[in-house]
Amino acid sequence: MTATDTWILLGASSPIARALARNLAGPGRHIVLAGRDSEDLEATAADLRIASGASAEAFAFDAADFPSHSAAAQHWAERGGRLNAVLLFSSMPEQDAIDSDPSLARNCIDVTYGGAVSILHHLAPYWEARKAGTVIAIGSVAGDRGRLKNYVYGSAKAGLHTYLQGLRNRLARSGVHVLTAKLGFVDTSLTWGAPGIFLAASPDAVARKCLAAAAKRRNVCYIPLFWLPIMTVIRLIPEAIFKRLRI
Amino acid sequence: MRWKQLELTGWGRVRRAPTLAARLERSGEFSTLFGGHLPKGLSIFGAGRSYGDSALNSQGHLCLTERLDRILSFDPDSGLIEVEPGVTFRRLLDVFLPLGWLVPVTPGTSFASIGGAVAHDVHGKNHESAGSFGQHVGEIELITGDGSRHRLNPAAHPEWFRATCGGCGLTGLITRIAFKMSRVPSAHVAVTERRLENLDAFLQAFEDTREASYSVGWIDALASGPALGRGILEMANPAPDAGYASTPAKAPSVPINFPARSINRLSVKAFNEFYFHRIPKQPRNRTESYGKFLYPLDAIAHWNRVYGKAGFHQFQCVVPYTDGAKALQHLLETIAASGAASFLSVIKRLGPGRAGYLSFPMPGYTLAVDFPNRAGTEALYRALCGIVLDHGGRIYLAKDALLSPEAFARMYPELPEFRRVLAEIDPDAHFGSDIARRLKIRASA
Repeated sequence: MTATDTWILLGASSPIARALARNLAGPGRHIVLAGRDSEDLEATAADLRIASGASAEAFAFDAADFPSHSAAAQHWAERGGRLNAVLLFSSMPEQDAIDSDPSLARNCIDVTYGGAVSILHHLAPYWEARKAGTVIAIGSVAGDRGRLKNYVYGSAKAGLHTYLQGLRNRLARSGVHVLTAKLGFVDTSLTWGAPGIFLAASPDAVARKCLAAAAKRRNVCYIPLFWLPIMTVIRLIPEAIFKRLRI
Repeated sequence: MRWKQLELTGWGRVRRAPTLAARLERSGEFSTLFGGHLPKGLSIFGAGRSYGDSALNSQGHLCLTERLDRILSFDPDSGLIEVEPGVTFRRLLDVFLPLGWLVPVTPGTSFASIGGAVAHDVHGKNHESAGSFGQHVGEIELITGDGSRHRLNPAAHPEWFRATCGGCGLTGLITRIAFKMSRVPSAHVAVTERRLENLDAFLQAFEDTREASYSVGWIDALASGPALGRGILEMANPAPDAGYASTPAKAPSVPINFPARSINRLSVKAFNEFYFHRIPKQPRNRTESYGKFLYPLDAIAHWNRVYGKAGFHQFQCVVPYTDGAKALQHLLETIAASGAASFLSVIKRLGPGRAGYLSFPMPGYTLAVDFPNRAGTEALYRALCGIVLDHGGRIYLAKDALLSPEAFARMYPELPEFRRVLAEIDPDAHFGSDIARRLKIRASA
């Protein structure tokens, strides 16, 4: 296979991943749709091939299956060319569900944080060797402060944000860019019909903004941008007051 | 899967239905909707381009298919394509026209979904030669109320297929549609426009141009007396040497609801006068892209807002050719006398092609007229339905919000067959909708 620009979408069944794939697909690009629902990913791959003429493939990948990550990373690196990845997967059980069944916390952390660190860490040496590439990691405003409503998920994302800071520091030396895209509400099945959701961004708008931010080599961005002032205020509230709030 | 409280409307925005809606991201999720207890009377909502209440479900549950939007396969040798129901005609145009392929049949808006095109067995400006959309469908995958998946094709499952094509979504959730795309020699059509001074001239012109691939007439429904039925006939044929390149234009949008009275006799008369005289007495030729020719109103996003918050009714009927001129004259006289018509009334010829028990087409003239939703509109609509019934015609369910169950049963003679087959496909009435209740589609009237 000739060397092309490869984009690996990790957690590719989400609507944001589908929108990203459609925005990325084009001549000279190879799209890898990595995720658990192979049948669904095959359908998306076919859509990309037909609609854009891009090359696209589905790849069975489970973020929580750590031992499989080494082989997956090696497999993708074998393609040669420029290697890029978008980290999209996470596990977000309702906080109430975790509170009544604490064992759910483990999977949330294993996927959202552990799985992310594991696969990116397996890919990092290839990026260093190749001295090129882009990493876009989907973070969350939930990681900016621990809150009553989603602090297990939020803490996993906070861990991811910190990991990405370090990874950025490491890969910058090799000319590889790492973008942390902190998302607010996105119009997906996670927010559909959930209470307290406002101004949910469309998956396509989020995808375009992620790619634009990566093209500008931004390090951290909030999507939509209005979450930046909101989270700045939320971060600044002193803990003595914050602990009594329900936001 | 969560349910979200929404208020949905049809494109005419007359009916507003508070609903609990679920939105599928992948068709496999439909089974999790059940959780063993699929809500009774679920309706399926595609792109929201039906005008009346055919996708609505007041106080009930509804399932949105807009995100089931993938092209699943395409064979460049035969043109056979398989898509999910939420794929729109717009997407197929954007993807395939540059490659020399076009949908065989399309409604007048590209924003309609393929699932909706099957559920209403839509027709286009080429119905006489190409038939209805459902006639091009080779296979439909349907999930019925018990959660089972069925692959229907017209030869092996004629009854289930005929109930699903044109069945207003009542047989189940359509998850895949396979049909054949048509080869086109370029991305453009050669269009001829003719100005016609009255109804007789119009119908004669239709007769003279039957060999054209596409034909559609715009009619000034406010004109009366000797000018009754005046309008402009557009005919189009493929333009072989025009190439595949086209420049997509950014669509302007109607940003806000117009005030209630902005569509009135005076403004419509002025518009129609201008529109009619735009075309010189001698026929005029031009070459334009398929997108522009097939979907003129798609150039203005949210055009339904010009009718204000109260919305509008689109009356679309077909009357058989036998006595068709008389029927049209009667309809147009009634419309002109009311003064209620809006701009851009459309007249077309239809052939016999139909794929389902409740399909709209029959050989005859079809007339579509928009009426702002005001006092008197319902009475006028019912009067027009009476004329249609007297002439053995019918009303298009994709547009309708006002027909009575009695008139519906008389207009659709295959209703008993539809009911018999529907009782077999969905015995527990898992699927339903406002139109099904209003027209008593399921129960015997």
